[in-house]
Amino acid sequence: MVKENIELKDYLRETNLIHARLIILIIVLGVLSLTLMVRVWYLQIYSHQRFEVLSKDNRVRLVPVAPVRGQIFDRNGKVLAENIPVFNLEIVPENVKNMTQLLDGIAQLIELTPNDITKFRSLVRARPDFESQVLKVNLSEQEVARFLVNKHRFAGAEVQPRLQRNYPYGGELVHVLGYVGRINQRDREKIDQQAYKGTDYIGKLGIEASYEDQLLGKVGFEQVETNAHGQRVRRLDLNPPVSGDDIYLNLDADLQVKAREYLGGKRGAVVAIEPNTGGVLAFVSNPVYDPNEFVNGIGHRSYNALRDDINRPLINRALNGRYAPGSTIKGIVSLAGLENGWNKNASVHCPGYYKLKGSTHRYRCWKRAGHGGTSMLQSIMRSCDIYYYQLANWMGIDKMHSFLSSFGLGQQTGIDLIGEPSGLMPSKEWKKRVRGTPWYPGETLITGIGQGFTLATPLQLGAVTATLANRGKRIEPRLVNRLVHGDEKAVYPVSNQLVEVEASSENFDHIIAAMQAVVEHPRGTARRAGLNAEYSIAGKTGTAQVVNIAQGAKYDESKLTEFQKDHALFISFAPVEKPEIAVAVIVENGGSGSGVAAPVARKVMDFYLLGKDANAVDVESEVSLSAPNGQPAVEQAALESQQPLQQPQPEVR
Amino acid sequence: MLRFKIDIPLTVCLLILCMVSLLILWSAGAENPRLLMNQAIRMGVAVVVMLAIAQVRPETLFRVAPVLFGIGLIMLVLVLVVGHTGKGAQRWLNLGLVRFQPSELMKIAVPMMVAWVLTRKSLPPSNGNMIIAAMVLAAPAALILKQPDLGTTILILMSGALIIFLSGFAWKYIASIFVMTAVAIPILYQFLHEYQQRRIQTLFDPWSDPLGAGYHIIQSMIAIGSGGAQGKGWLDGSQSQLEFIPERHTDFIFSVFAEEQGFIGFILLLLLYIIITARGLYIAYYTKDTFSRLIAGSLSMTFFFYVFVNIGMVSGMLPVVGVPLPLVSYGGTSMVTLMAGFGILMSIHHHRSLMSH
Repeated sequence: MVKENIELKDYLRETNLIHARLIILIIVLGVLSLTLMVRVWYLQIYSHQRFEVLSKDNRVRLVPVAPVRGQIFDRNGKVLAENIPVFNLEIVPENVKNMTQLLDGIAQLIELTPNDITKFRSLVRARPDFESQVLKVNLSEQEVARFLVNKHRFAGAEVQPRLQRNYPYGGELVHVLGYVGRINQRDREKIDQQAYKGTDYIGKLGIEASYEDQLLGKVGFEQVETNAHGQRVRRLDLNPPVSGDDIYLNLDADLQVKAREYLGGKRGAVVAIEPNTGGVLAFVSNPVYDPNEFVNGIGHRSYNALRDDINRPLINRALNGRYAPGSTIKGIVSLAGLENGWNKNASVHCPGYYKLKGSTHRYRCWKRAGHGGTSMLQSIMRSCDIYYYQLANWMGIDKMHSFLSSFGLGQQTGIDLIGEPSGLMPSKEWKKRVRGTPWYPGETLITGIGQGFTLATPLQLGAVTATLANRGKRIEPRLVNRLVHGDEKAVYPVSNQLVEVEASSENFDHIIAAMQAVVEHPRGTARRAGLNAEYSIAGKTGTAQVVNIAQGAKYDESKLTEFQKDHALFISFAPVEKPEIAVAVIVENGGSGSGVAAPVARKVMDFYLLGKDANAVDVESEVSLSAPNGQPAVEQAALESQQPLQQPQPEVR
Repeated sequence: MLRFKIDIPLTVCLLILCMVSLLILWSAGAENPRLLMNQAIRMGVAVVVMLAIAQVRPETLFRVAPVLFGIGLIMLVLVLVVGHTGKGAQRWLNLGLVRFQPSELMKIAVPMMVAWVLTRKSLPPSNGNMIIAAMVLAAPAALILKQPDLGTTILILMSGALIIFLSGFAWKYIASIFVMTAVAIPILYQFLHEYQQRRIQTLFDPWSDPLGAGYHIIQSMIAIGSGGAQGKGWLDGSQSQLEFIPERHTDFIFSVFAEEQGFIGFILLLLLYIIITARGLYIAYYTKDTFSRLIAGSLSMTFFFYVFVNIGMVSGMLPVVGVPLPLVSYGGTSMVTLMAGFGILMSIHHHRSLMSH
């Protein structure tokens, strides 16, 4: 009984004890539940907005969508610069575990040159890890297929479809269009990074650089949902990019190709301008190089080869080449004389040399024997130097400088290409400032024949010729005709300024008649280039010395190395009555303007005006151009006919 | 009397929870039917185990407690010697047909053994008995901690501690343990290396290292928080579906649920858990046998402790220790263990009249 009592008592005690504790557990359950509720309430209700924003930020990413770069067409709508779809092999370094292993693995499937790998490695070093870098551009279909089959082995590597700039004409237009290249550090400092989001290329040179802003277009943005690994899941919204403007050039691609062909592989430049509009029809600098090589970065070896090439293909001679204009400016110097009161009927005796008063120095005429009595018309037609020594000496450098400058010599033409030099039209003030020495009278003489300090670019000569053709309307040359935005919806013509040169039309007529005689008169220096022309041509030859010939020495061409030979120049326009084309030709070390440069100009004009290709197999035109056609032999042949005339040059494009 | 022993309220609640689990899992497991099938099969197995155990008399449980505990302890030692390594910890024992996690067995065996030790004498326990109980609790806990499996260690310690608490462990001791812990923590903290201190700081403040140690917990908090009151809708949780949440079909499944079902869903789920726990505590209250009371109280409260620790850790309130959301997280053994626990509760409920042993 006692034991039972105790047991019962114990049991009741235990029951009460456990019941009490269980009630405490119920309370604990309540407290824990409440704690959870408060916590989740805090997250879901109280801080909901903050977390909602974080959640959206998390999954939504703004991905730039690169605009399509504007294309470039010639005046006839031929494509000069286009965007072609290519497949690139790209790697995001961040996602790669072992880069060496990955590259080795890829190399077993796709041929990788050491250059590819070096370039890729340096990109990886230079750029943030999360950016995709190109390992190899332009994979072949087989390479794409081989990679995709084995893709699982190459985490971090992707085949990306891209648009790549392509220049179907290769090097023919490189000095006009320039090229695009990958944006480098130097570019990056200059550009608005925002505008180039998603874009890998930027215009480096030529039209591509000058019209970069118009060609680029506007970057678009895509809102994409990404997962935790940053992989795109779907598109939420798209703010589409705006394609760059298409550019239509004034240039005629066929003419451009032919003009370079007519240079016959010689170093030189041809600039053809439509006088009325200032539109540049051809803008040739030879030799050329292939811009397509530069688009994805040219290899060091290839670049060094171009840079060290003795013919300097990288130099844009048409734009940047500065040459003594030589006798080509005699027409304008004459005009300057007439405007300053020189009598156009005055006759100057040419004994073959000219001496300044009180000096024994003989300023020679190119024709040692002299031209005898020479009128202005004859001085231009036969390119007498003595006439211009006298005219220049009479006029003085100041007046000459002022008039020639008004024609655009020594000044930028204002063409729509960046990096145009101004050339040089010397003056007393210039010499004092730059050289620190006074002006000598002898310098006035040689300035009168386009030698000495005077420097002009082929483009300037083309522009001067166009101004002559326009009888004083000096118009800025333009490569670009118009910008076309979005499928012809908006067309923006490119404007150019016009300045009137002050000279009487009577004087212009006189000079132009003389220049016409240069080509058309039986004794004109360029008569052979003008043979059998179906339209009227006005022109002026020029031969610019590269080597100074010592006093009393004789110019002996055979003793000069190729690079010491004179530059051959020729400016011309046609038809004279209603000029449609003005052409300036420079053939470096070509020898004489009449023998080498003038035929090039003639062929260019034939092609443009008549559609006649001198290099096409056409017996008649070849004969007429290459043989002296029973014309009376003239004295000046010594200098001007040494060079053989153009041979048909097989040039495949 | 051949009556099938089952507790209807408990069974209904548990089945609802299983249905909820499958629904969340469909969303959290990237709509993978294989995953769902595996889970459903496990649930079936677990329910069968529960029903089977529900038929066993509590006296039998009392008798087998030392045996179970002994087997469990031996297997824990074996695990450390020849066990399989998974996710950086040795937890698995290969028994030929199935891989087995002995620590799961201990989740039931330990509280049973502690209760067994304490109920052989009348309560409240004597000091000697208490020391034995503490040792019974400490040995498996130490072995599991060594694997290492902090989550299970905590849960097992909790289940044992609950038995001791229910058995009437004197308040003065409880109070002194609390005071000692409170005093010891800052002192121990001083002895930690700076990097260890920093790690602990990150555990409690994930924002201090948002891209490193804190990343997952922040993503989980964003998921829960962005769910709002209504939730983003089933299968529409961007954080979950876009893989921002780690372990989203196992330990972090609550984040998926909370993001898609919102605060309302959470309250309903919590209510379900509270009902189940309360039902367990009710069973403990109304059973007549002391051993059964202790076991029922401990199992019920431990079940809720799972919920608390899991939701606490995925909501950034507690450090992440690897405790699943009971019966909802994907995973086999823990589900069978939990259901076995409910089987015991049902058994106890059916034999609530006084038993003798």
